[in-house]
Amino acid sequence: MEPFEKLESRVVPLVADNVDTDQIIPARFLKVTDKEGLGERLFADWRYEADGSPKPDFVLNQPRHQGAQVLLAGANFGSGSSREHAPWALVDWGFKAIVARSFADIFQGNALKNGLLPIPVDAEAHAALAAALEADPAATVSIDVAAQTLTLPGGEVVEFPLDPFSKHCLLQGVDELGYLLGFEDAIAAHEARRA
Amino acid sequence: MGTSHESAGKTLFEKIWESHVVAREPERPAVLYVDLHLIHEVTSPQAFAGLEKRGLKVRRPDRTVATMDHSTPTLRRADGSLPIVDEQSAAQLEKLRANCEAFGIELFALGDPRNGIVHVVGPEQGLTQPGMTIVCGDSHTSTHGAFGALAFGIGTSQVEHVLASQCLLQRRPKTFRVTLDGQLAAGVTAKDLVLALIARIGTGGATGHVLEYAGSAIRDLDMEGRMTVCNMSIEAGAKAGLIAPDEKTFAWLEGRPRAPKGEAWAAAVERWRQLPSDEGAVFDRELAIDASALEPRLTWGTNPGMGVGIGEAVPDPSSVGDAQEKAALEKALRYMELAPGKPLLGQKIDVVFIGSCTNSRMSDLRDAARIFEGRKVPAGMRALVVPGSHEVKKQAEAEGLDRIFREAGAEWREPGCSMCIAMNGDQLSPGQYAVSTSNRNFEGRQGKGGRTFLASPPTAAAAAVTGRITDPRTLLG
Repeated sequence: MEPFEKLESRVVPLVADNVDTDQIIPARFLKVTDKEGLGERLFADWRYEADGSPKPDFVLNQPRHQGAQVLLAGANFGSGSSREHAPWALVDWGFKAIVARSFADIFQGNALKNGLLPIPVDAEAHAALAAALEADPAATVSIDVAAQTLTLPGGEVVEFPLDPFSKHCLLQGVDELGYLLGFEDAIAAHEARRA
Repeated sequence: MGTSHESAGKTLFEKIWESHVVAREPERPAVLYVDLHLIHEVTSPQAFAGLEKRGLKVRRPDRTVATMDHSTPTLRRADGSLPIVDEQSAAQLEKLRANCEAFGIELFALGDPRNGIVHVVGPEQGLTQPGMTIVCGDSHTSTHGAFGALAFGIGTSQVEHVLASQCLLQRRPKTFRVTLDGQLAAGVTAKDLVLALIARIGTGGATGHVLEYAGSAIRDLDMEGRMTVCNMSIEAGAKAGLIAPDEKTFAWLEGRPRAPKGEAWAAAVERWRQLPSDEGAVFDRELAIDASALEPRLTWGTNPGMGVGIGEAVPDPSSVGDAQEKAALEKALRYMELAPGKPLLGQKIDVVFIGSCTNSRMSDLRDAARIFEGRKVPAGMRALVVPGSHEVKKQAEAEGLDRIFREAGAEWREPGCSMCIAMNGDQLSPGQYAVSTSNRNFEGRQGKGGRTFLASPPTAAAAAVTGRITDPRTLLG
């Protein structure tokens, strides 16, 4: 993973609650044995017509949102299945962060393991960002991982929670497995104790 | 008198958690040991590829068991063959076989008598035991909590972590006890109970919490009903669902292939008796539901929280004040093509699916068969009955249930996840309405454009023999 310190980006608004992982990536695209190219399938059933052509009114298909790296969602984003294909698809499309009212547990963990930052915000900040994007779809936010801040288009700075270990992994661009493997002795001792 | 801390006692969750924490550093998540790692074809290939890339082995192949279920075919042809539906699925199944062989992992492959849905075969083989930590790259791993095991779904990165280290980095979740007292009315099942809970607290209602189900209605459920309840915990957003092990749990497990035997069995039961939450243990949240007041339930919308009692009307968005909630209701009704404020009873149905890790076990099939018996699936209507495992299929056939389903005009299929996730060719066509005993009614879940009403096996069977949403209690003799 690449280190994630700061980001300034336009925002794609998809402000619905309970967007589940079957919408993020439908199950028929889970037959792959690698992680490549899933961005093409992101929100497939909302994004494409039956003949495969893009639906012009879906946000991801609008020219003004191309290149944006932040998604604005509603509450309980990523509910449902544990499929890590969901964050793989979001990352492959180009997203680096998702701002939402709240996230489903498994999705949140999966996202962080792929360098995709979940930013939970309160109703007030959420409404302010949604309103700013409505007024100016090209408005940008900036994210500072070290400071744990999201700066809204109007300049308002919103702090967001991020557990210290996930923050460390994002800032350093390292994954969790190396850390975990460092506990070999403790793991062996646990096994010996419980055998 | 002890200190307040001592007198508080411990919850079932706390007992399991504390006995599995291997290490914990400040400002870092706990290193949690995993007793049993279950694997299937869909969420494991990239994890094995990760191991290979790092040159790592599977640390405990003896604590890892794989099955094939998501992409497996359920339709046996007249010549006896069971063709895999597409090349991509075949390649994914082959990848699992090759990975299990390369890393020395036991696999219940297609054709193995132990094969079936991962959350059906784990308990069935006695792999699932009280007090264990169990994970799988599958959100319905919560099912195993019915045995008093801390069981939860993980992503593929974590599958790789467990393969490599037999551990996971975990933040301690909060606890949430739901007490369901009272006797369930005839025709009301475990599925109705958990659908009622999800409708009450919402699909994010238990996020960050481990649910413990308690109360007389839970104690009265058989093990299969308890699995149905725990299975759906994730649909309320919970980390896991737990039910304290009791005599029913032990009786169900005794003699199963992987359950402890002889002296080891007696010692295990002794240990398991210590697991239930202590008197006075404190939960972060509590909720009580009167189970005796429940009726059969259905979902009407596009998440499992959008549900009503079978006699109730679907919501009318015009009566909802909150703009966002109103928009969500309108969107769901539009997708489902349902009129607001109208009852679901009498709604025409195209397909009935009885199966999935939620409701594909013997008690589910028996409940359904009672309604199918002596009745017919109307012309133009399809009913699929998909047992959860080969073991279930064998027993159902020994009891003659397959004959009841076939004579009614339902399709009796080979085991697998089938139309719950629609990866194996079993799927709805766009616009079709289904009553399903599965766990998710998300848009397109059972096939692009398909519309799902989640319900219990009796309610699904009642729809199958009438072609409409029908109160199963009207068909029970």
